[in-house]
Amino acid sequence: MIEVNNIHKSFGDTHVLKGVSSQFEKGKTNLIIGQSGSGKTVFIKCLLGLFSTDKGTISYDGKIYSELTGDEQRNLRQEMGMVFQGSALFDSMTVEGNVMFPLGMFTKQSKSEMQDRANIVLKRVNLIDAHKKFPSEISGGMQKRVAIARAIVMNPKYLFCDEPNSGLDPKTAILIDNLIHEITQEYDITTVINTHDMNSVMEIGEKIIFLKNGLKEWEGSNKEIFKTDNEAVTDFVYSSELFKKVRQMYIEERN
Amino acid sequence: MNYLASIGSYFIMIKEVFKKPTKWSVMKQLILKEIDELIYGSLGIIIFISFFIGGVVAIQTALNITSPLIPRNLIGFATRQSVILEFAPTFTSIIMAGKVGSYITSSIGTMRVTEQIDALEIMGVNSLNYLVFPKIIAMLFYPFVIAIAMYVGIFGGWVAGVFGGFSSSADFVEGLQLDFIPFHITYSFIKSIVFALLIATIPSYHGYYMKGGALEVGKASTTSFVWTSVVIIIVNYVLTQLLLG
Repeated sequence: MIEVNNIHKSFGDTHVLKGVSSQFEKGKTNLIIGQSGSGKTVFIKCLLGLFSTDKGTISYDGKIYSELTGDEQRNLRQEMGMVFQGSALFDSMTVEGNVMFPLGMFTKQSKSEMQDRANIVLKRVNLIDAHKKFPSEISGGMQKRVAIARAIVMNPKYLFCDEPNSGLDPKTAILIDNLIHEITQEYDITTVINTHDMNSVMEIGEKIIFLKNGLKEWEGSNKEIFKTDNEAVTDFVYSSELFKKVRQMYIEERN
Repeated sequence: MNYLASIGSYFIMIKEVFKKPTKWSVMKQLILKEIDELIYGSLGIIIFISFFIGGVVAIQTALNITSPLIPRNLIGFATRQSVILEFAPTFTSIIMAGKVGSYITSSIGTMRVTEQIDALEIMGVNSLNYLVFPKIIAMLFYPFVIAIAMYVGIFGGWVAGVFGGFSSSADFVEGLQLDFIPFHITYSFIKSIVFALLIATIPSYHGYYMKGGALEVGKASTTSFVWTSVVIIIVNYVLTQLLLG
């Protein structure tokens, strides 16, 4: 479980996070949503330890990140997996090389053992024939799947995803969403996803946090988001005509 | 104040490079790859430039000997002194600051822009050690490049002097052996080691701490070349004063 307690973060005079608190439970898919500039990326980078917080604490299964030594922080990071918006695959390595990278760095496995493990996770993300290809030779959706495979290859306790389905077609985006959701349950991981995608919110949002101007405006599940009367949330989530109609139908059905 | 802050963060970066080393089996591969990229990959251009620079020095010296009282072996002597003391270590280092330095800045800068460095950090890898340390170790082989540059430069001088009809081979070789001070070679290698460390670390600093996108990667490469060259020139002056002054 990840517990965030009243975190603040500023860059110069810009106060990006103004006291956000929440809890992210194990085995659940947690979504952070909000408009551009609401502080989502800064929030997730604080969770990852890439930004230090000005105030407040973040604890991972009881371990407060800011109280750990540099080495302890690095060891904790080895328990984290991250899927970046742009995948962040190493260009100079093949798909297999990318997936095997964390194993080579932190385990004493032989090359064949690493290849076996890479095969298992690549198969899990439905990538079978791309082992020897370089990131530049595969599609955006495949790159995302490689990034997921690399993130889970070490059996992480925590999985973070920054807009995992941005730039993907709707069908591939749903596949990626479902894959992350299934992996979260299968490996019993604490997953935190930063997203703009309302399909993701509706499909896999077991817990959703809505950030607005650096503050937590709303918190709930994908079922609760239909019922909420919070204007900021409804304005954001139901900004498209399609979702407005879906909500209207839901309300009419309920009445 | 900005310059002072940059110098401070440069030294903090150097300290971080030596913290939490990457696993040796991985590091070994990285070092070999960097030796191939930075050292072996630069030999062609260094040999080419050194040969012609040596040749030009010999021709310029010959053309400036107008008095018949000045012995022709001065051509070999001047070529040796110029190539060993300055052209091989300093001129070659400026070339390397452009070739190797811009490669280092752009490769690390691109990794920064595409979040590959963030990915390394999140995995718990000391990204500075992973990216910069192998370059520093690879550049320790730089004196070998300088030794080759010296040899080829002097050979270029001999070719230009002898085949250009400015000097006989015997005069040139006699000049090469005249008043030879072995410490000049040591001085040259000391300089090349220091320049090697600058060429490995200053461009790494500019790549690692760059902000922005593709355009900024290009700008960072240019800035890193300018600063590496400036620092090489200043350090060259200081070392010359300290070692030969």
